[in-house]
Amino acid sequence: MTLRLTNTAKTYPDGTRALLPTELYVDQGEIVSLLGPSGCGKTTLLRIIAGLETPDAGSEIWFGSDNVTSLPVERRKVGMVFQFFALFPNMSVRGNIGYGLKMQKLPKSEIDARVTEVLDMCQLQEFSGRAVDALSGGQRQRVALARAIAPRPRLLLLDEPLSALDAALREELRDELAVLLREFDITAIFVTHDQDEAMAIADRVAVMSNGQVVQSGTPEDLYRNPKSAFVAGFVGNAMRFDGTCEGTKLKLAGGTLTLPGDGSGQDVFVRAEDVQIEADGPLTGRVETVTFLGTHYRIGISGITTDVLASTYVGQNAPRAGETVTAEIKPEMLMLLPKGAAGE
Amino acid sequence: MFRSKTKVLQLAVTLLACAFLLVPTILSVMAGLTVNYFKGISSGLTLKWVYQVWELYSESIFLSIWLALACLIVTLIIGLPAAYGLARHPGWLSRMLEEFISLPLAVPGLALALALLQLYGTLKGFRASWTFILVGHVLYTLPFMVRSILAVLAAMDLKTLEEGAATLGASPWQRFRDIVVPNAMPGILAGALTVVTLSLGEFNLTWMLHTPYLKTLPVGLADSYASMRLEIASAYTLIFFIIIVPLLMAMQWASARAQRIAK
Ligand SMILES: Nc1ncnc2c1ncn2[C@@H]1O[C@H](COP(=O)(O)OP(=O)(O)O)[C@@H](O)[C@H]1O
Ligand SMILES: [Mg+2]
Repeated sequence: MTLRLTNTAKTYPDGTRALLPTELYVDQGEIVSLLGPSGCGKTTLLRIIAGLETPDAGSEIWFGSDNVTSLPVERRKVGMVFQFFALFPNMSVRGNIGYGLKMQKLPKSEIDARVTEVLDMCQLQEFSGRAVDALSGGQRQRVALARAIAPRPRLLLLDEPLSALDAALREELRDELAVLLREFDITAIFVTHDQDEAMAIADRVAVMSNGQVVQSGTPEDLYRNPKSAFVAGFVGNAMRFDGTCEGTKLKLAGGTLTLPGDGSGQDVFVRAEDVQIEADGPLTGRVETVTFLGTHYRIGISGITTDVLASTYVGQNAPRAGETVTAEIKPEMLMLLPKGAAGE
Repeated sequence: MFRSKTKVLQLAVTLLACAFLLVPTILSVMAGLTVNYFKGISSGLTLKWVYQVWELYSESIFLSIWLALACLIVTLIIGLPAAYGLARHPGWLSRMLEEFISLPLAVPGLALALALLQLYGTLKGFRASWTFILVGHVLYTLPFMVRSILAVLAAMDLKTLEEGAATLGASPWQRFRDIVVPNAMPGILAGALTVVTLSLGEFNLTWMLHTPYLKTLPVGLADSYASMRLEIASAYTLIFFIIIVPLLMAMQWASARAQRIAK
């Protein structure tokens, strides 16, 4: 099923404009991630799609060719995985997963068969008879997913489903979730504030800021071609240079850089992995911090721009703190974005 | 065996307090079983007095049980939706309403009874029927039911649980039936036992509201002490204990359980 939102906005009764008029299209079978910092309106948007929140007048929500804007939540046929799972404590794992099927008034034999099928898919067979409060965080997360998927919803909505888990488990379940969602072959919207999570799971990422979708695209597209300083900073932690542009030259405290195009009226950004410490580089600075991260070092260099510039260093002989180093940045790795771009 | 003198002292005080409470109880119960109280146990044991109480007061006993059950049904019908409403819409208005429902706790039963008499005393049919006492009992026990359920409901994320059920296709009524009621059950059980125990044992208010043809268990007890042989009154006490003590214990157990869940 495709999902289309037009002019969808939400103003809470206390006047908070949590979502500004938004357009969103999700294709059949597509997995879209809503990515943005806490408080930017991700949950609000998801709850409007689910029918748990009433959008402002003028908003329209289309599931395929049905306008569901005024359809109550229980008739929208969406599956939802909540941030803290919201499993029913009065039911077993089986009871939780079968609840949606029971609401569809399916015969008992069919409910049993379908619950067993979903239990298998989510590798929960051995826990089927357990009470939900006798499960670990990861198991609860899978039960929540199984419960949402069992009634074969038209659309699956997930609100930060990994954030209640501890860090080690989160990474493991992230990859597992990415596989499961594709196995289910379902249209899904996945909310997160973690860029790695969004990139690992989604086909397409919609970056949100202050109640708006500021840019949407494939993870690679967002990473390589951010349209605003906000997206550049939030996706891949790009750093902004503090200098003056003269044509295709950028004058910095620690040297001069060649830009890929005319830099007037633009801000220049770079990512740590594109700052290379090389002998005879055009930039000169002092090493402030050296952090060993296993596969590489992260070097903090001062004196090039106002803030400390981070550089990724791969290799054995990392510079030491206090040393003076020179660095090089290839012009094509510099990102030029209009000054004070929207979404800040 | 005992670590210190304070331990011994503690034990002694505890035992003394128990004796202080138990001895009169045992004496009273024994009096109901002896042939002649003034001659003491030596006169022999008998169940005669117990039978006499049954003949004289069985109607009171049945009326009380009937009242307690009716009171339970009414407090459930009012209390469960009320507690649910309060839990679902927390805020100052809910807190005010909760306090308002709890008001009868602060008003002496006597005053409550007088207010009821002033208000409805002239409605002859109502005044003389058992439903008049029922109204008093409901007013008095309702806050216990509401608070007991509310404590359990307030301890869980009811809103999100219901939203979960809603996305799975449950209508508001189905959510109430499948999610709210089962999860409130420990609170409902504790509240129900409290209501029944309080209704069975309530004296102040009932004594004011009763008519000669409508005596409840405790009112009958007072009546028996006032107008019967001491042995009969004592046998009555025994019957009263047999009814109320198991309920009291069940109530303690259920309340402790509900509190554990609410915590
Ligand atoms: N029920 C509500 N009433 C008023 N304001 C709300 C409510 N829910 C969320 N908000 C506000 O709306 C904004 C967006 O919230 P939310 O959608 O939860 O953000 P996110 O999920 O991205 O963290 C926040 O400023 C939040 O404080
Ligand atoms: Mg959120």
